[in-house]
Amino acid sequence: MGNSSNTPPNENNVESIRTGLFDRLQDQKNRLFILLVLAAIATLFPLVTDNYGLEVLTNVWFYVILCLGLNIVVGYAGLLDLGYAAFFAVGAYTTGILTSEFGVNFWLTIPVAILFSACAGCIIGGPTLRLRSDYLAIVTLGFGEIVRIIARNLEITGGASGLIGIERPSIFGFQLTQIIHFYYVFLILAIIAGFVSYRLQHSRMGRAWQYVREDEDAAEAMGINRVAVKLYAYVTGAIFGGVAGCFFAAKMSAISPETFQFQQSVLILLGVVLGGMGKIPGVIIGAFALVLFPEVFRDLGSMRILVFAIVMLIIMLYRPEGIWPAKKT
Amino acid sequence: MALLDVKNLVLSFSGLQVINDLTFSVEDGSIASLIGPNGAGKTSVFNCLTGFYKPTGGDILFDQKKITRKKPHKITQLGMARTFQNLRLFKSMTVLENVMSGMHCRSSAGPVSSILRTNSQQKEEAEITTFCEECLDFVGILDEKDRTASNLSYGHQRRVEWARALATKPKILLLDEPAAGLNYDEKQQLISLIKRIRDELSITILLIEHDMGLVMKVSEKITVIDYGQKIAQGNAEEVQNNPKVIEAYLGKEEEEEEVA
Repeated sequence: MGNSSNTPPNENNVESIRTGLFDRLQDQKNRLFILLVLAAIATLFPLVTDNYGLEVLTNVWFYVILCLGLNIVVGYAGLLDLGYAAFFAVGAYTTGILTSEFGVNFWLTIPVAILFSACAGCIIGGPTLRLRSDYLAIVTLGFGEIVRIIARNLEITGGASGLIGIERPSIFGFQLTQIIHFYYVFLILAIIAGFVSYRLQHSRMGRAWQYVREDEDAAEAMGINRVAVKLYAYVTGAIFGGVAGCFFAAKMSAISPETFQFQQSVLILLGVVLGGMGKIPGVIIGAFALVLFPEVFRDLGSMRILVFAIVMLIIMLYRPEGIWPAKKT
Repeated sequence: MALLDVKNLVLSFSGLQVINDLTFSVEDGSIASLIGPNGAGKTSVFNCLTGFYKPTGGDILFDQKKITRKKPHKITQLGMARTFQNLRLFKSMTVLENVMSGMHCRSSAGPVSSILRTNSQQKEEAEITTFCEECLDFVGILDEKDRTASNLSYGHQRRVEWARALATKPKILLLDEPAAGLNYDEKQQLISLIKRIRDELSITILLIEHDMGLVMKVSEKITVIDYGQKIAQGNAEEVQNNPKVIEAYLGKEEEEEEVA
């Protein structure tokens, strides 16, 4: 360590070594290195597992995208959204309907889904984001249910049985049919989602979300249009959900209204809160925990949901800020 | 030339008359004060000026434009900045991030350019950082820029509030009891800071304050209100000797009773 004195290693030295390590983790270059290592592991994962493992991990990446999207709404802007599954539904049904009924190429449905999700975000968010948090939660819950019930009752969405036979997409002639293909698709999407979240967090918009979350009246006094800022967060989150929905529809090749229940919105919210709202690594860990926990404890049968709930309670009681450690101040 | 013109301002909450036909003005480039006993309605006046309260009557003209009942963020964008009586910093954010909130309305990068880190976005971020550091330097706490705001001493937290308001590039700065909680030395520093803000940055200042020494030392024009009404106006000397002002603060002298 460049220390020229002859003092033997003792408590102080160990403490400084440990602090040194944490400080080094904060260093940009080291973080990038760790991220690359993790990305490499994720890329090579399919070589060491079977189809079941691939299904589970693909699901993990899928929830990573959804949780990162909701994180922008709940974690960054501090808006309690209990109906996030609505945007996921908008994306999935847009792709489902356009490909099955109108024969549109899958990749072209994505910009349309983005547009529709953004519109849904404006329609739901516009009138409600002026409300204080409790009312917002109730209204978003309501809208989540409205979207699901509309999907259940319209003919074009296939009614209660939903849509089936959604065509699998192809890239440059190569058709995506097997789970391993979708594993990589969702992994890439998850990485993009993380990247976009990171860039947004450390930007003028990300700061504005934080100001509004901390003290929206002080933010207004600083010249920040709090309703517009909240709407930006809401629509950005909606777009994340919509895009995830498109690829979900492609992978499952069948979707039904039951996928977009209130329970789904709660699950996504759980992933965000459990891991540590507002912190990208935390949210990713939350998504992992959300998907892996029920799988790991499959042997418990129907008890696992109960165990899951109890673990959730314990974490909320003793570490409400989430699993991921808070920033050093 | 009046930068701020308040005309016949009326504010009432369910029958309680908080501001009663108040008229006063603040000249461009001046340092003015609004004083009065507790409960006189001073902070309510500020809240009306900055759009947090909607006046029941009257008009407010800022730079000859009507701003009555406009939204707070719009008023700040037009050039009126304020600080709060009870500090309202963004506690979990750093000092620099707090000050950067003032620059939000003076910058424009949206989500897309932020994701792509376009050249113009990067340039804008650098400009924001530079200007905010200048604001922090002006109030004397540049070396604390990376500390979490809630960890600073009270006096330094107050300075973050001022730097944050300066970052909005205002034409007029409304200071709500800026001396509250400051010790003698800090108050002297505040006096010189107020003068520097006006002299070096050409920002007009309107302050609410209870510390009469500070008010008299710094103000060119003082408006005194009590029960929501103007009871006196003038420079320090005129106001100090005005019997109505003395009565408002200290009460009327009682007639001596004859001792039997």
